[in-house]
Amino acid sequence: MDWTDTAIVLSARRHGETSAVVHLFTAEHGRHAGLVRGGAGRRARSVLQPGNEVQATWRARLSEQLGWFTLEMTNARAATVLDEPARLAAFAAAAEILDAALPEREPHAAAYTAFRDLLVVVAAQPDWPADYARWELALLRELGFAPDLSGAGGGNWSVSTRTGQAEVGNAFGLHSLAVPQFLVTGGPASDDDVAAALKVTGAFLLRAVHDQRVALPGRTRLVERLARGATKSGINLRP
Amino acid sequence: MSGTEIERLIQLLAKLPGLGPRSARRAALTLIRKRDALLVPLAQAMEHAAATVRPCPVCGNLDSASPCAICADGRRDAAILCVVEDVADLWAMERSGAFRGRYHVLGGTLSALAGIGPDDLAIGQLLARVRAGGIREVILATNATVEGQTTAHYLADLLADAGVPVSQLAHGMPMGGELDYLDDGTLGWALKSRKPVG
Repeated sequence: MDWTDTAIVLSARRHGETSAVVHLFTAEHGRHAGLVRGGAGRRARSVLQPGNEVQATWRARLSEQLGWFTLEMTNARAATVLDEPARLAAFAAAAEILDAALPEREPHAAAYTAFRDLLVVVAAQPDWPADYARWELALLRELGFAPDLSGAGGGNWSVSTRTGQAEVGNAFGLHSLAVPQFLVTGGPASDDDVAAALKVTGAFLLRAVHDQRVALPGRTRLVERLARGATKSGINLRP
Repeated sequence: MSGTEIERLIQLLAKLPGLGPRSARRAALTLIRKRDALLVPLAQAMEHAAATVRPCPVCGNLDSASPCAICADGRRDAAILCVVEDVADLWAMERSGAFRGRYHVLGGTLSALAGIGPDDLAIGQLLARVRAGGIREVILATNATVEGQTTAHYLADLLADAGVPVSQLAHGMPMGGELDYLDDGTLGWALKSRKPVG
């Protein structure tokens, strides 16, 4: 059996001397793994960078087998951010989160579109950190791990990291995290707002990926990098 | 089919990169047929290498001398440090003959997938070398991959406080490269890294 789909590379792990086991986020087949023959080679390595868009053909004798991919690069997006530390960190973090949080072979068309749009924004827009934070929240919603921020909006709102409920003020004590307004209603966001938003999404992302990975080191590096621009108010992003 | 010793030799040879069971069998047969010319000298060379070759305590290069021949070479510029991912990268730089400074081998790159963090790499030793003084420039020669560049940016951040200029290898068109055959990423990066002519 076989299919062809557009996809974005999430990760590639060397397998044997010449091949690689590649995880793709496909438009119609969700997160999908497959073997890429020659994937450890020089030519394929430029294709197998997280964030690159490819046309993927998957083939296997039985549907439950790992199968193998034939890939053709359609957009070398990773190369556009290699020399920009924060944008590169965002690419790596987003791919890492999806690789850890998405179930395999379960279509998430909306999440795919959101991921592709995020990469476009991160690669080109100056105010991408706010979009990145909103993307994390949208992904949490898609996966069913998002806090309930429906009542929040404007003013001094916080969310409980235990229940995911939002209340006015610091209602949950040690388990309270401030909810920046842009996360709920959109609009502009300062560095401090983004830092606060990433603290909220980070707390719930850890739940989403808890069974697979203890931590998300790529995301941690992104948060630390963005935090250097958010030290004015003394927000501590490190737990 | 063949004795236990030969089978063991074939099994071990088959574990080498580039050799499968079939080619390992051919290699074993050649070694045995050319006992005096190949097998015995190879065994002696391997035994000697196993006994003497160690990572250099200064740079991480592999050598039988400690420190390695590159670190001990007084003619090389000790003030310029080239940071590479692996010993194979160091050898590639040496083959080019274009660099006459010294090296620092990281031992890999930061990789969330492989579980490699900063503590798993020789980053502490690099910072110690730079902070010890006498370094005029650090050249980051990591690969042009997401992991390689992530590592380079991480090192650049760490070295920012050391007061030493940090540079990076250029990326773009290879020697003899033709535009028509370049992949989109390389071409895009080459365009981004263009410089004035003349």
